[in-house]
Amino acid sequence: MYGSGEGVRPPYHAVAEWLGTQALGDLRQKLADAETMFRRTGITFAVYGSEDTSERLIPFDIIPRIISAAEWRKLAAGIEQRVRALNAFMFDIYHRQEIIRAGKVPEELIVSNSAFVPEMMGVSVPLGIYSHIIGIDIVRTGESDFFVLEDNTRTPSGVSYMLENRETMMHMFPDLFARNRVAPVENYPENLLKTLESVAPTGLKGEPTIALLTPGQFNSAYYEHSFLADQMGVELVEGRDLAVIDGYLQMKTTQGPRRIDVLYRRIDDDFLDPLVFRSDSVLGVPGLFDLYRAGRVTIVNAPGGGIADDKAIYSYIPKIIKFYTGRAPILQNVPTYNCRKADDLKYVLEHLPELVVKEVHGSGGYGMLVGPTASSSEIEAFRAKLTANPSNYIAQPTLALSTSPTMVETGVAPRHLDLRPFVLVGDEVRMTAGGLTRVAMRAGSLVVNSSQGGGTKDTWVLQD
Amino acid sequence: MLISIGHVTRYTYGLPASCSVHTLRLTPPSFEGQKVLSWRVEMPEIAGAVQYRDAFGNVSHLVSIPRSYDEISIIARGVVETKDKSGLVRGLMEAAPVRIFLRETPKTAPDSNIRALVADVAQADPIDRMHDLMRLVGERVEYAVGTTTASTSAAEALRVGRGVCQDHAHVFISAARLMGFPARYVSGYFLTGDVLGSEAQHAWAEVYINGLGWLGFDPANQICPTESYIRLGCGLDSLSAAPITGNRTGGGNENLDVFVEVQQQSSAQQQ
Repeated sequence: MYGSGEGVRPPYHAVAEWLGTQALGDLRQKLADAETMFRRTGITFAVYGSEDTSERLIPFDIIPRIISAAEWRKLAAGIEQRVRALNAFMFDIYHRQEIIRAGKVPEELIVSNSAFVPEMMGVSVPLGIYSHIIGIDIVRTGESDFFVLEDNTRTPSGVSYMLENRETMMHMFPDLFARNRVAPVENYPENLLKTLESVAPTGLKGEPTIALLTPGQFNSAYYEHSFLADQMGVELVEGRDLAVIDGYLQMKTTQGPRRIDVLYRRIDDDFLDPLVFRSDSVLGVPGLFDLYRAGRVTIVNAPGGGIADDKAIYSYIPKIIKFYTGRAPILQNVPTYNCRKADDLKYVLEHLPELVVKEVHGSGGYGMLVGPTASSSEIEAFRAKLTANPSNYIAQPTLALSTSPTMVETGVAPRHLDLRPFVLVGDEVRMTAGGLTRVAMRAGSLVVNSSQGGGTKDTWVLQD
Repeated sequence: MLISIGHVTRYTYGLPASCSVHTLRLTPPSFEGQKVLSWRVEMPEIAGAVQYRDAFGNVSHLVSIPRSYDEISIIARGVVETKDKSGLVRGLMEAAPVRIFLRETPKTAPDSNIRALVADVAQADPIDRMHDLMRLVGERVEYAVGTTTASTSAAEALRVGRGVCQDHAHVFISAARLMGFPARYVSGYFLTGDVLGSEAQHAWAEVYINGLGWLGFDPANQICPTESYIRLGCGLDSLSAAPITGNRTGGGNENLDVFVEVQQQSSAQQQ
């Protein structure tokens, strides 16, 4: 909320003024009300590996995070450039691999990468789009310094929180919305539907039938799956509801089979089709991948998209953007050390207490080291893992993430946050202003992942 | 040489099976050393099959059978004209960049034994090194039916020192990739001289040699493919090149019978 100078940054003026007039007790009551609302709608979240496996709420903070119109314009331009470049990269990697021939990305980083799916070679995907739904994690470190932390090109989740957070805020603080011109977010499901429709199989006549494939109700994001299917008015299906019949993907219904043209899948590549990927998978559909290859159904996002958000590829993204767009990246990457390189590894081992070290294929904040907040025994344990398998890790400097006022036990205090805008790529790039703001609830913590106790806020993009 | 092929795969089930899906890579390509004169794939519901080319260029069929049945036969047959090209494979429609075939798979992942095998390969020019590798694989993996299964990996086959053509090909591919040569698994048929027998269904390897192209090696027979070889399809390993894969509901115990008949034809028979 505060910049480097004196006082509150302009975008926060109205909210700061409002905060000043609120009694802490009233705010606490509102927070309790919000939690009741979330419980009632059933937005809960399962945390893998925790002893208490029951579902819990992601902490919600009632003080919004605010982005000015000018800031958002810059972010949006950078995000659009990025998602176009990422899709061009995926197309190239699964076709002629010009970027490898040009020597911009090392071949072994692609061909031997577990995120690369050789079965995708040569598939012609509608409109050449692989990653239709992308969640780009962005952090801010200064007045005009934004960095992209990660590009989530596989199956990013969290968009339902963005929508529910807004709805809750509008319900509880209608006067705040009357005083501030906040860009709407509720058009996301409609834009998602348009995007899915735009990538229907080439040559399909008539309206495509769309379904959302979920692993089922025990998945941590099941609420989001059912929420999105409901909002878009499309079928929510599990693998067992689907079969390949007469050369098409069909949904078994009481009125007989019904053809599915676009499958928005929320299961991982490995589980899509036991004939091609994990043979023990019961979550997918046997024959689905072959149908996809033959152009009979569109899988969204395309299998093999993990090659674009692989942490080992991340440091090459600026080059990738330059290669496919001919322009310098608008949004910066965080400087990254690839521990597979000897020089980088040496530097990382010498500076562990200052760095954030992540597993190349990890996500959700699992298996990472945050040097500045780690104990010396944690650092030494991590050093052993790193030395044993250097190519499994990357490291980045610890960034001074921006903060925003947040309700905590002791009152209102600054907490670090990031931003995940959700971008839709189809016949055009569609973006919802803002995104999901995640906030580290513990003082000083830089880990915002909900699986690590992070919370969320409503994100306001102000309109001029 | 004119060769006729008849390949019957019959599944019988203890209980009725249903809702099966089958991927067939049973259509041989034409290229410089091989001309397909006629070819047919027959099975129930083949008329409604989805046909496409897979990532490795194989013409594939996806067949689904929505009803229940307790027996199914898949028949591939035709006539192919072959020429001896000393194992060189040219004029094939290549789908994937060559370097894709450097990728390790679970079936071809090297272990210390395969590394040791590679260390024993003579230092020579690339072709001679591959011939030496072929010799070593033949020496260290004795031909024996029944020791290994379809799911045996290269490392396991070399460890037990016995296996069939699939295992020879996997060990060879794993070692060649370790040496930096793109290598792929090839499925096909082999004119053995016997009239009947599933041994005529065969597998070998191809290695990419810079300046030359793809060159076949058959470690099981210790030769480069000749005009007695009919090339069906290729992939990263036996899984991605498998002529038939499938998935079904129910069926109980499955019984599989394979009959392969590979015969030389005189040109008079061919008309």
